[in-house]
Amino acid sequence: MVWINALVQGILLGGLYALLAAGLSLMFGVMRIVNLAHGALAVLAAYIGLAIVQATGISSWLAIVAVVPIMAAVGYVLQWGIFNRTLSQGGLAPLLAAFGLSVVITQLLQLKFTADSRSLPTGDLSIASIHITGDLSIGVLPLITFVAGVLVIFGLQMFISKAPLGRAMRAASDDPATVRLMGIDNRQVYALSTAIALGTVGLAGMFLGMRGNFDPYYGGAMLIFAFEAVIIGGLGSLWGTLVGGMVLGVAQAIGSQINPSYGILIGHLVFLVILAFRPTGLLPKAVTT
Amino acid sequence: MSLLSVSGLDVHYGDFQAIYGLDVTVEEGKTLAVIGANGAGKSTLLKAIAGQVPATNGTISFDGADIGRLPSYKRVPLGIALTPEGRRIFPSLTIEENLLVGAHAKRKGPWNLTKVYDAFPLVSDRRARLGANLSGGEQQAAAIGRALMSNPRLLLLDEVSLGLAPVVIEQIYAALPAITGQGTTVLVVEQDVNQSMRVADRVQCLLEGRTVLEGAPADLTRDQIASAYFGI
Repeated sequence: MVWINALVQGILLGGLYALLAAGLSLMFGVMRIVNLAHGALAVLAAYIGLAIVQATGISSWLAIVAVVPIMAAVGYVLQWGIFNRTLSQGGLAPLLAAFGLSVVITQLLQLKFTADSRSLPTGDLSIASIHITGDLSIGVLPLITFVAGVLVIFGLQMFISKAPLGRAMRAASDDPATVRLMGIDNRQVYALSTAIALGTVGLAGMFLGMRGNFDPYYGGAMLIFAFEAVIIGGLGSLWGTLVGGMVLGVAQAIGSQINPSYGILIGHLVFLVILAFRPTGLLPKAVTT
Repeated sequence: MSLLSVSGLDVHYGDFQAIYGLDVTVEEGKTLAVIGANGAGKSTLLKAIAGQVPATNGTISFDGADIGRLPSYKRVPLGIALTPEGRRIFPSLTIEENLLVGAHAKRKGPWNLTKVYDAFPLVSDRRARLGANLSGGEQQAAAIGRALMSNPRLLLLDEVSLGLAPVVIEQIYAALPAITGQGTTVLVVEQDVNQSMRVADRVQCLLEGRTVLEGAPADLTRDQIASAYFGI
């Protein structure tokens, strides 16, 4: 029973990782940008949420409605202001720019909010749970997080495969120069992609902040988990990212069940094993370009 | 007034000059074939008109407006579409999606999915297939269809016949009357001289970035073209 419990909790945790990784996967898929600032941006979103909650007294849930568009706007500005300028400078430039951005965000957060641990208020929800059977019960907040993660991945996948902008994003990913011949400014497509990606980061950051404590340095670990979820699932594949998040979540939960201090370690080991034996990930893209 | 008027065009790739003071004009509704050997500057000319390479000197005017400084994505809404060298079909999109991306500029005109499928049966049969899984001829037909989806006033075709079997080239060129019949102006670049002589109202032969011969196909002899083409 404890194992089934670990499995269920792991899958729920995987939903959070998938939510966290969705934006990373999207940005890599469209622009081949490895956004090392991803974790820091998620933490930034949590702090923005905290500031809104403290200033207005509204609930954390309502703050999400503000944080998501704010982060999307941040993404749009970041892409035009920083990343679009790095794209013609080779593969290393966006990586370094993102790394620098993560340092700047972290330091600014520490300056403004100090290094104290914070969390977003959730009222009774953080301890509420649904009793299933025997020892097995599901936390309401993890369940909501999981559902949000699945919905975000599903929604992004639908958007990318059906919407005209999604089509343009895939075309720009294939061949940016030729996209311009279709009358599409690839940099504008990139800016909108990053806006969407950071909108999901905003949501992920709010759930992170409601789930537990965070501080300005919390983004580093989150970046690694998100990164592992993307790689396990297969680069550039959103369904893969969902699967990758769950594999990582289940590995960590089962590891914790073996020994509470093993959780993170087992997660990393599973990631390394998959990287060694299936480097393209579990659900790689059908067409590689 | 000419629809397209290029005058005194210079194009450089770094230190290498590909085009020297070139003049090209195309009247609305006409077809111009630019022929020449490898490295004559034909594809570079098309890229400069479409905005893929910058002109170092000279002017490019389209319908009376100077477009020489516009980025390529701003030339498409004006009515310029390029079928690029190597076709450049988006490999991870289906053929239908490739065509729909081509329609992004939302220009009004006669072309839509149905019309393109009618004009290119080769494309119609493959509409659900990924771009990566097409033969060269299917890719070429799809690339022309994709360019038509923007309802261009000026269609630039680069090396349509390159690497294709003669029977496939025939099929693709068979669609050209349907395109010019809509009043679309066409500038076709070809190595295949016979093919381009058959479709063009006027032929312009380039050698090392300069015009060496131009005229109506009927006025040019085979010897004139051969010597201009090879520079002998």
